[in-house]
Amino acid sequence: MQEEKHVLSILVDNQPGVLSRISGLFSGRGYNIESLCVAETTETGVSRITIVTQANTPLVEQIKKQLNKLINVLKVFELTGSPYVQREMALIKVSAKPESRAEILRIVDIFRCKVVDVSLDHYTIEVTGDDGKMNAILKMMAPHGIKEIARTGMIALFREPK
Amino acid sequence: MKMNGAQILMKALKDEGVETIFGYPGGAVIDIYDELVKTDIRHVLVRHEQAAVHAADGYARAKGRVGVSLVTSGPGATNTVTGIASAYMDSIPLVVITGQVPKTLIGNDAFQEVDIVGITRPCTKHNYLVQSAESLAGIIKEAFHIARSGRPGPVLVDIPKDVVKAVIDYKAPGKVKMRTYNPTYNPNRRQLQKVIKLVEEAERPVIFAGGGIILSEASKALTEFSRKAQIPVTGSLMGLGGFPGSDPLWLGMLGMHGTYRANMSTSACDLLIGIGVRFDDRVTGRTDAFAAQSKIVHIDIDPTSIRKNIPVTIPVVGDCKNSLDMLNEMLGDADLGDLFERRKPWFDQIDEWKRAGRLDYEQKEIIKPQFVVEKLYEMTEGKAIITTEVGQNQMWAAQYYHFDRPGHFITSGGLGCMGFGLPAAIGAQMACPDKLVVDIAGDGSIQMNIQEMATAVQCCLPVKVVILNNGYLGMVRQWQELFYDKRYACTCMEHAPDFVKLAEAYGGVGLRATKPEEVETVLKQGLFNHNDRPVIMDFAVDKEECVYPMVPAGAPITEMLLV
Ligand SMILES: Cc1ncc(C[n+]2csc(CCOP(=O)(O)OP(=O)(O)O)c2C)c(N)n1
Ligand SMILES: [Mg+2]
Repeated sequence: MQEEKHVLSILVDNQPGVLSRISGLFSGRGYNIESLCVAETTETGVSRITIVTQANTPLVEQIKKQLNKLINVLKVFELTGSPYVQREMALIKVSAKPESRAEILRIVDIFRCKVVDVSLDHYTIEVTGDDGKMNAILKMMAPHGIKEIARTGMIALFREPK
Repeated sequence: MKMNGAQILMKALKDEGVETIFGYPGGAVIDIYDELVKTDIRHVLVRHEQAAVHAADGYARAKGRVGVSLVTSGPGATNTVTGIASAYMDSIPLVVITGQVPKTLIGNDAFQEVDIVGITRPCTKHNYLVQSAESLAGIIKEAFHIARSGRPGPVLVDIPKDVVKAVIDYKAPGKVKMRTYNPTYNPNRRQLQKVIKLVEEAERPVIFAGGGIILSEASKALTEFSRKAQIPVTGSLMGLGGFPGSDPLWLGMLGMHGTYRANMSTSACDLLIGIGVRFDDRVTGRTDAFAAQSKIVHIDIDPTSIRKNIPVTIPVVGDCKNSLDMLNEMLGDADLGDLFERRKPWFDQIDEWKRAGRLDYEQKEIIKPQFVVEKLYEMTEGKAIITTEVGQNQMWAAQYYHFDRPGHFITSGGLGCMGFGLPAAIGAQMACPDKLVVDIAGDGSIQMNIQEMATAVQCCLPVKVVILNNGYLGMVRQWQELFYDKRYACTCMEHAPDFVKLAEAYGGVGLRATKPEEVETVLKQGLFNHNDRPVIMDFAVDKEECVYPMVPAGAPITEMLLV
């Protein structure tokens, strides 16, 4: 059966060890984690974890059930299949020689990103967007020499409140 | 009221109705033990912490209550892991309390510090590191609630020594309220209506019953359902005793060492109703050939069990007993016509399979292990609580002791853990002092927790150990014989202790039979003559006897090797 990308949004009790329970579930059962993001929500004691995984349909059903079975998990949503918004963020440190500085700034402009740090030989660029945009800007920056990159996983929410 | 952590723990355990604890002391729990002996809770001092957990497991199964173990930090805690993993696989409700180094030392590689919460995360239903004496009572209450509700399982509570010593104003915990945990007991009625419809239409139905029947105390409801709907019943290893083994509708165990008729009917049925099972690979064999022509109904309280291993036509999430009660009530209204008449061809076919593939062996001049189990069954009138070790002994116990009642077959099913039987027997005997408790053992497995003889002697527990002594790690040898051209790599136990003398050395009774005609005498003496200490009965059995039928791992379950 076809493996596809699935975005899971998980609300958890913000207890010590919860992340380890979740990541342990994935590694122990051989599920794949493409990316994972965690942060608190506005409700005290509740965090949201966004996990992107590759799985076929029966497997993703099993993953959701296994997640629900964890005592500290409040709710599991699958975003894939309903309208949702998603974002990733990256900080890209790109080398900026005098002859390429203008070109880099032009790309930054086109992609509507920001230069957040600058030095004699590099720019650090902040970019947010979906993974398509991420990959596109990385491709554009590559010829200039990417020195370092830090990238978040995907965060996502349903368009309709759930 | 001012109380310290140890006193709060004792109060919390008493509030849960705990009467017996299996444990082993050490530095991190010395304060707890200091309080424990002031209560009327009985403490069974085991000789190894693994045994404390297996014993609590045996106790839980025999009593239908949560089993409790108490051990120290570090090595005490790590020694429990095998026991916890076994209980987890078999969904047995346990609360395992481990001592921990003081909070201030956690993370410093302190003496006897180990991250037992981290280690047991994947093999507990849930676990806790207690951060304060204030939270202790509530956590213990929650731990018991989680252990026994829904699909039961072991819960570990790790208590740092400073929490045990802290003196606080005790406040009784309120009702357990957990918004993240809410098992579904009541099945969806509409799903069950679909099940009834399938039952009415089916020509060749089979029920496959598992450990869930025993855990949810659904045996009576299952028997009623099977008889009302005229559906024969097979069971997993964990399900034995959930349906009377002497009932004409009983097909015997399913799977790798299942009966011919159970495997054949499950493969040929047009409706398979799995209740409280998880379709383990030892049951299904090759999954795409398993019940391939059949619609499958799967009733279980744990949604993750459903559609994990095999596709299911009608999933039903709910407690086995609640579901069967509802099904019985719904069957009451349904017009079933003369089901037995209509399904006569199916029952005839099953009878034919029964004749074609009986469990069988020939007792000649060497003692056959099956003969010992069969005699044991006769002489105990099928009423003993049987625990087992793992290997051939376990399978012969399952095949030849025809369990009629739930809670009487106590085996490490999912983990298949050698060394389980003796401590589990100790636990079961503590739970049921008036019952005959017998560990059917192998000569290999018994040596894994043989030290528990001392525990049994100290507690005056008359557990019986029946060793089917074949001088081999028999089940592994059997695989080597059948699939590895008889290359018996490291499975011959060239040296073994004299089990009779060993029993005596521990202060128990030792008996031996080397000829078939001695079997009955030894059993008679061993089972009925000593009721204040453990007995080991050592039976020198046929060394190269195999367990049949056998389905090679990964083959369809119809591909049985028969003798
Ligand atoms: C702790 C543990 N180690 C290893 C095994 C693998 N194993 C399964 S059956 C078996 C042989 C058991 O020998 P014995 O207790 O003599 O029983 P028999 O099969 O001879 O009846 C072994 C080694 C196991 N199940 N558990
Ligand atoms: Mg053996």
